[in-house]
Amino acid sequence: MSDTALHLDAARYTWGGDEFLFVEIAEGMSLAANFKANAMAAALGSRTVQGITDICPANASLLIRFNPDDLPPSALEEAVRGVEAEVAQMSQHTLQTRVIEVPVWYDDPYTRETGARFRSGHQRPEGNDLDFAAEENHLASPAEFISRHHESPWLVSMVGFVAGLPFMFQIVPQDQQLEVPKYLSPRTDTPALTVGHGGCFACIYSVRGAGGYQMFGIAAAPIFDPAQRLSDFDDFMIFFKPGDIVKFKPVDEDEYRRIQELVADGSFTYRQAPVVFDLERALAHPTEYNQEITEHLNGH
Amino acid sequence: MAIRITEPGLATTVQDTGRPGYYHVGIPQGGSMDQLSAELANALAGNTPAEAVLECTYIGPRFTTDTDAVIAVAGAPVDVLVNGTPREQWTRLKLVAGDEVSFGMIRAGTRYYIAVQGGIDVPMVLGSRSTYALGAMGGFEGRALKAGDALDVGTAGLERHASAADFIDESLRPSFAKEITVRVMPGLYDHRLTEEGLNTLFSATWKLTPVADRTGLRYAGPSVSWKPRVQPFGAGSDPSNIVDAGYAIGSIQIPGGKEPIVLHRDAVSGGGYAMVATVISSDMDLLARSAPGTQTTFTPVTMEEALAARDEGKTLRSRIWGSAGQ
Repeated sequence: MSDTALHLDAARYTWGGDEFLFVEIAEGMSLAANFKANAMAAALGSRTVQGITDICPANASLLIRFNPDDLPPSALEEAVRGVEAEVAQMSQHTLQTRVIEVPVWYDDPYTRETGARFRSGHQRPEGNDLDFAAEENHLASPAEFISRHHESPWLVSMVGFVAGLPFMFQIVPQDQQLEVPKYLSPRTDTPALTVGHGGCFACIYSVRGAGGYQMFGIAAAPIFDPAQRLSDFDDFMIFFKPGDIVKFKPVDEDEYRRIQELVADGSFTYRQAPVVFDLERALAHPTEYNQEITEHLNGH
Repeated sequence: MAIRITEPGLATTVQDTGRPGYYHVGIPQGGSMDQLSAELANALAGNTPAEAVLECTYIGPRFTTDTDAVIAVAGAPVDVLVNGTPREQWTRLKLVAGDEVSFGMIRAGTRYYIAVQGGIDVPMVLGSRSTYALGAMGGFEGRALKAGDALDVGTAGLERHASAADFIDESLRPSFAKEITVRVMPGLYDHRLTEEGLNTLFSATWKLTPVADRTGLRYAGPSVSWKPRVQPFGAGSDPSNIVDAGYAIGSIQIPGGKEPIVLHRDAVSGGGYAMVATVISSDMDLLARSAPGTQTTFTPVTMEEALAARDEGKTLRSRIWGSAGQ
């Protein structure tokens, strides 16, 4: 039951050259490791240490960029170790966040066509990525895989790779995690807004480009809007933040087209609601707790 | 005033000192790949180090100016032509309205920089004028230049024109060698390589492949062995995989034990490959100047040595700006 434990060993500190400190919270992925990475990032950010330029929480680690002319490496390490000790003392493992409904057209023609173009180097050249994912997870059909994908919510565990791309970890026990290997050799093309999957992580590709995750569908609305045209992007051009909770909503072609029209005329907004995420409850009673979280979207 | 682009060159972009502070959401620092050459071009043009310049890769642009202008070209060695007449790099060039500037083929290196007195004036996006082409933001409309583009020039630094450097002494110019030694700090996931693998990384001569751009540089050479292990949950199946983590700029990853990749200023901010060392900040410009085929060795240094190298860089910069009358 290591995946449901709150306890984590002390983090490992190592330097990425003279401008980066890397803190490995845990080698393996877990909700607890991700929670600690984000808690440390938040605590460090609130201290406003002179000389830190970027604090990048990741799935089970933390990367900090600093200017050693303003902040000696030893002083940075001391500050971060102080933050780690502070986070270890936290008695409450809760996070004020939001739950967001993300409409997805699963098994869409765009990702299917792209997948077909890169079939020759694929682990399973026959069929498509969804067929492969269903098989890898010993599920009866792609439809069952799709159900598993959208029935339980996902935690945004990291934002990055390219601008605004969310990595997501499903809030379910480890034995129920969907795991799919990445492409053997990365594709040179992926449609923007592709819903992808590699290892235990889901993602949404924010821009068109290279990618190695298996492709299952396409999100209907943007998640990166450099022109800040839609109101969800009034504050910032990037929609997702670590700690966000995502509930995928399957849509058919008609609804996908209708959402696209709302995006085109600038009136689309994501359905979302504030929620307090409680790590202990998520680990102890995932099914009931997930139900409770997603009901916030219905105003409950 | 404006710069009118008649031929764009291969990949000409607007760059400055970069866009720190957004790496946590996947937006890299960007900025001029060869920061020193860009800074030297700015010094010659009478700008501050902060003004935006044009970064030209392999094949430069052809452009005209619609007013009198002062420009400077620094970086990879190249023939500079004004109305077809050869002019010098590393010096201040005065143009009159209607002059046309073009370039020959570079003779070494990869990139040179054109500074215009006043700086290229494109909108600031998240604190920088640098182009982030993957995100289609910053620079000129978020992309490399095209024929027909007209770039505004700002008024920054104009009052300092009289005191700017006329010429950059050869002792201050970077070199563009075919064999280089790059200093790196071992760390991050270096413990995941076998002892032999780590020795290979630091003893082999690595040849830069043509897969080298603003995101990263890929090297050809021997295989590097990883320690076998039962992979942690979520890490992926290859011993070179880790649970997706943040990537240090300058970090070296060796997917599958083959062809090390060094991430550069437009780095992807994270991913699932273990990093085993990081190029020190002072040697990032050196990598940026490497042309495909460059024979490269990675030599391990300590944090103290990396910090001493930074201090040398600061001394060099004070000589540059000292000679510019600052």
